[in-house]
Amino acid sequence: MHFPENLQYSESHEWVSFSEDKTALVGLTDYAQHELGDLVFVTLPEEGDGVTAGDPFGEVESVKAVSEVLSPVTGVVLEINVALQDSPASINESPYEAWFVRVGEITGKVRLMNASEYEAFVEGK
Amino acid sequence: MKLLFEKSLPGSCGRYLPDSDVPEYALPEDALRKTPPALPELSETELSRHYSALSRRTYGVNCGFYPLGSCTMKYNPRINEELAALPGFTEVHPLQPEHTVSGCRAVLDLAEDALCRVTGMDAMSFQPAAGAHGEFTGLLLIRAYHRARGDFKRMKILVPDSAHGTNPASAAMAGFDVVNLPSREDGLVDLDALRRAAGEDTAGLMLTNPNTLGLFDTGIREIADIVHEAGGLLYYDGANLNAVLGVARPGDMGFDVVHLNLHKTFSTPHGGGGPGSGPVGCKEALRPYLPASRLAGAVSPESIGQVRAFHGNFLVVVRALAYLLSLGSDGLLEASETAVLNANYLLHRLSPKYKAAYSGRCMHEFVLTLEDLKSETGVSALDLAKALADRGIHPPTMYFPLIVHEALMLEPTETETKETLDEAADLFLELYKAAHDRPELLKNAPLNTPVRRPDEVAAARNPVLRYTPGEAAQE
Repeated sequence: MHFPENLQYSESHEWVSFSEDKTALVGLTDYAQHELGDLVFVTLPEEGDGVTAGDPFGEVESVKAVSEVLSPVTGVVLEINVALQDSPASINESPYEAWFVRVGEITGKVRLMNASEYEAFVEGK
Repeated sequence: MKLLFEKSLPGSCGRYLPDSDVPEYALPEDALRKTPPALPELSETELSRHYSALSRRTYGVNCGFYPLGSCTMKYNPRINEELAALPGFTEVHPLQPEHTVSGCRAVLDLAEDALCRVTGMDAMSFQPAAGAHGEFTGLLLIRAYHRARGDFKRMKILVPDSAHGTNPASAAMAGFDVVNLPSREDGLVDLDALRRAAGEDTAGLMLTNPNTLGLFDTGIREIADIVHEAGGLLYYDGANLNAVLGVARPGDMGFDVVHLNLHKTFSTPHGGGGPGSGPVGCKEALRPYLPASRLAGAVSPESIGQVRAFHGNFLVVVRALAYLLSLGSDGLLEASETAVLNANYLLHRLSPKYKAAYSGRCMHEFVLTLEDLKSETGVSALDLAKALADRGIHPPTMYFPLIVHEALMLEPTETETKETLDEAADLFLELYKAAHDRPELLKNAPLNTPVRRPDEVAAARNPVLRYTPGEAAQE
């Protein structure tokens, strides 16, 4: 399993990538997609929606079950990855390219881990 | 295998209707269809062979071991069918004068009385057609109860994370907000989390007891007190009632509303063989809100209305009553005791190799976690399930409950012999060894079933739900 160094990770298995323009991309980790299995549907918020750190902002449905995706940050959705809705399988194939939302106006975040901390966290599960 | 449509021979037919001897009534021109419907044309022989062929490709409880957890796939005694086929039950119409159907009415009254005694409830409606329909109906009762008291702020239903997925879905359908309660390490309801969640916006709590992990929640009286003190009601999901017949009653545990699955606990046909029946029982305080189909007396003005036509799936109730009367109270107790014994025996046989999600004794079912097997061998719960199907056993419930990784949930039921349980256990242990020695055998399974591995992603994303003439069927 692969956890890029340049990302940060939440305990609920989302990755977040902060950019210099003070926005953040959010997606699901390799561990999450592996546990969920083949994804068949994705529900995303709308641009302009507020998101709260630790609260669900979307859903993913696999052949096994529906799961909520929690936002690692508090802010406003600037952009959604519409392409995901047509190809949820891209989350399984390349989880770190398959971002869900870009969040701006960030005012808070959940406890985040770096790659090695997250790897240890996942191994402890 | 060809579809009926593909077997169709234009001009064939299997009708034996005499010529009409009543004057024909012409429908208005604009009500007539312009083209005939695309229906298959077959002789009765061909039609009969088609369904016989289909029946040979299915797997039912009459074919072999069917340990599908939480579904209680017990044997359906033939005497149920014999009684449900009596003309006095089949050749009736729900609108015929009541004095001509007193036998049918007696069936409903006897079944209501027996099931109220089994559950500790005061009244029951047979309208709901299945479990989830029963949940929805029960939740409407809870909503009606609060509203009748002018209590409109109770919009939250608490649901433990081990619950059947239908619980939160039914609550949402009934207009409630769902609050997910995390379970404790031992799989039971976290009383502290419940105390924090329960309040003046709580409409009720939905609970399965024993829960979907096969564990009896011993904190149930305290759970009931917390919910009742907050002003909420307790809903009992009857999916696992088979573990406690004659032993413990939801009504005594503190539940206010229950639904039963006659097609699980009370041995009526299940799955494709349905239809089901999900009667809803309640305590006296909720009686006025029950669906308005009851023959007895006038319909309560506070009733939530009808949730299905007339008396629900009446012939299913006949079958369940046949079961109740053949077993009697001693027999029901013995059924539950044997169901729990069988589950514990199977768990004991598997435990040298397979890891139970929760240690200790189980009730009528148990959950294995194949997480270790998967990390050691790459063989997943899905692969094992497919290998079991290949060897003539219906797979257990997979990947449920969601709080257990790589879950397999087994419920052998009381109607299996020790020999069947031993054969199944031997096969599980053989496949465990095969997973280590030759994992590809499991990963390539099944080889011998009518359908191999369906494309689950395509089935979810692009389901083909109807036959369109001219489109080639995909094998």
